[in-house]
Amino acid sequence: MSAIKTVGVAGSGTMGAGIAIVAARAGFRTLVYDVAQGALDRARKQTEGFFAKSVERKKLTQVEVDEILASLEATTDIAAMAQCDIVIEAVFENLKVKHELLAKLNAVCPPQTLFASNTSTLSITEIAAGSGRDERVVGMHFCLPAQLMKLVEMSPGLRTSEEAFSAAWDFCKAMGQIPVKTKDNPGFILNYFLIPFNNDVIRMVEAGIAEPADIDRAIKTGLGYAMGPLELIDLVGLDTHLLVAEALYAGTHEPRNQVPALVKRMIAAGHLGRKTGQGFYKYSGNAMFGG
Amino acid sequence: MNYRILTVGDSASFPNSHPLLDNASRTGDVIVILGNRMTEALERVGKRDRYQAVVVELGDECLGFYSGESRGEEGSNLLGFARFGLGADPATQLIELVRQPATPQAAIDAARQVFESAGLQVAVCKDVPGRIVNRLVRPYYNAALRRLDEGLATAADMDTTLKLGLGYPEGPIGLLERSGLEHHYDVTQALYEATGDSGFFPARRAQVAKQRARAVAEAQAWAEREQRETSDE
Repeated sequence: MSAIKTVGVAGSGTMGAGIAIVAARAGFRTLVYDVAQGALDRARKQTEGFFAKSVERKKLTQVEVDEILASLEATTDIAAMAQCDIVIEAVFENLKVKHELLAKLNAVCPPQTLFASNTSTLSITEIAAGSGRDERVVGMHFCLPAQLMKLVEMSPGLRTSEEAFSAAWDFCKAMGQIPVKTKDNPGFILNYFLIPFNNDVIRMVEAGIAEPADIDRAIKTGLGYAMGPLELIDLVGLDTHLLVAEALYAGTHEPRNQVPALVKRMIAAGHLGRKTGQGFYKYSGNAMFGG
Repeated sequence: MNYRILTVGDSASFPNSHPLLDNASRTGDVIVILGNRMTEALERVGKRDRYQAVVVELGDECLGFYSGESRGEEGSNLLGFARFGLGADPATQLIELVRQPATPQAAIDAARQVFESAGLQVAVCKDVPGRIVNRLVRPYYNAALRRLDEGLATAADMDTTLKLGLGYPEGPIGLLERSGLEHHYDVTQALYEATGDSGFFPARRAQVAKQRARAVAEAQAWAEREQRETSDE
């Protein structure tokens, strides 16, 4: 049973908006904070679109959606986060940026408020070290798209208290998510395995060993994967892959985590994946997933 | 398209009945050679240029072993293939079809048509150790085994994460323990010897499983020998 009633989400990009949907849908009062009103407006529009699809698909009624949307507030005033029992940060993957945010949150939030980081590659201990309350900081890495994926990788930092981790774990389950515990390790579980695998796949294309469609067909048919690795990279975006892989390489210096040169060439050419209509494949259309 | 099947030795790809075998003709534009005695089989086939494609079953070896290689310009109507399977698991519907730099497209298309006509899925790749799937997944499996030893997470949490996070049908630890860690050792040891890439170096758990499998086999052989000798007396 979670004692958390009010949830803060700092950052209203793709991940932040998705996490806010998860919290609000589970019945938590949810405050989304961002420095840019435009980003909050975009997230609200996408969120309303997502819930409209939920009604269309009869997963929720209009009454339920109205209640959820009423519980979901947006603010550019960080002082409003003082009401939160937990704040999940989902801002840019940069330690300095996260430290600056957490220091500001620390100044306004009461001492008992938990801080969670949605980082996919940075160390929870290092993030916590700049928070002013490192015993109450936990890793909560949601998967993309957060509003559809149940998995949350949860990591304690070296100084995280057992009570704080346990409270965050219970809250995660109360949101209807499935938490798994992992060490505070670069990439945790998912990205630690996914990034080098995807880099190897890209190197295979780069070396001309096989065409993207042949690689995806081989992996799907041979291993029963629902999606081929190059289809997945296109969905995530090559720019996102670059960011995560560079952060992972910086934390591990493992050769397989080093980004293949082809990624930077494709980004320079605007071939970022689905979002630009071309990556390893060509596409048309772009919308928020699910409903 | 009509095709012939020639089997010389044991076939790992098609050990049992399959539409590919059932639908073969006595003659054809393509010959698919199955078995593990390929050099002998190619001698038997004789002139290869009477076929649009000559497709040989491969194990760990490269196609270049049978074709010869020169200046990166090799390639003819001789192609390689292997049907992918994980250890003790039944073979999948995946055929990795191996081409060389100068392999004519018509030969690739003809070979592809033969396999697809039998309901198989074809992925074409260059003549490299591990082809597509093993080359990509074995370092990932090794990393999973290594990180399990290092206590990154429990085996159950690692498997759950990769299933829920990426939609994989199975996590790496469950998959390897089911399909055989000693088989993972065999594949990775061969890839490590062929490439020198440390990502293929068999993980400790795979090495232990292989040592154990060898020891059990030796103990069984010793017990059988003892029993024979006792009954002879």
